[in-house]
Amino acid sequence: MTQKETYGTMREYVTGFILSIVLTVIPLVLVLNHLLGTSALIIVIVAMAVLQFLVQLFFFMHIRETEKPRYNVMALVFGLVFIVAIVGGSVWIMTFNAQVH
Amino acid sequence: MQHAEASHEQIGHLDHEALKVFGFWIFLVTDCLLFGTLFGVFVVLRSHTDGGPTGKELFEIPGFVAETFILLTSSFTSGIATLAMNQGNIKRVIGWLIVTALLGLAFVGLEVSEFTKMAMEGATISRSAFLSSFFTLVGTHGLHVSIGLVWMTALMIQLRRHGMNAVTRRKMTIIGLYWHFLDAVWIFLFTVVYLMGVM
Repeated sequence: MTQKETYGTMREYVTGFILSIVLTVIPLVLVLNHLLGTSALIIVIVAMAVLQFLVQLFFFMHIRETEKPRYNVMALVFGLVFIVAIVGGSVWIMTFNAQVH
Repeated sequence: MQHAEASHEQIGHLDHEALKVFGFWIFLVTDCLLFGTLFGVFVVLRSHTDGGPTGKELFEIPGFVAETFILLTSSFTSGIATLAMNQGNIKRVIGWLIVTALLGLAFVGLEVSEFTKMAMEGATISRSAFLSSFFTLVGTHGLHVSIGLVWMTALMIQLRRHGMNAVTRRKMTIIGLYWHFLDAVWIFLFTVVYLMGVM
């Protein structure tokens, strides 16, 4: 029981913290100095945000350490599918709307 | 016999606590959907400024960068509070929770002063579609952080009164998840609202 409840170690938290800082500083430097073209810049900073989301899930929220049938992961993936559909679909359809004008 | 019964009850109780943590994961997924929808609205409306101020004119880089690092650090300190809980050191748990709450308070304070300053410059929620979606999205996150602060204070009082048992441990786990989740949402606000705004 105590074995199952060891949520993370100090090393894990420090690694997660350093990773999240690095993943914040990189997009900040890229944007402030405009080091890439606009669309490349958008792709890179969104990728950094997604990586950072994964850092939070794995290093801080311990998504792997829950009991075996990982219903929480399934629920989360299900939710993310909806979010991609909502955000991606809205952006896509509204771009067409802008072209009609 | 009596001992066996007691341990059986204890196991049942533990399963119940685990189920509650799972229920909280379901809440976080629905909260993801809420924020996802608000992000969708913001992304569509961000260019609709109606001749009013744009993000580039309004956002102050030192302000939102400070907010980001404060929230990242508070996510880390709430993690350390969880570690202290596993070591059974209640004084350190409360200490790190206080540090986390103070960082959260600093974050909310910065956000309130940012909003006030924007409103003084005429950039209110009713000025343009861009500003309506901005204040709704960022304000909803700020409200979550504020609720988290009240919740954390209540938990500190409970920890002081009842010490650490299965119930307070579960509550610690849940508020840890909530706080890390808010940090994860902020990362997307930082990227999509602020960085893309000043680009």
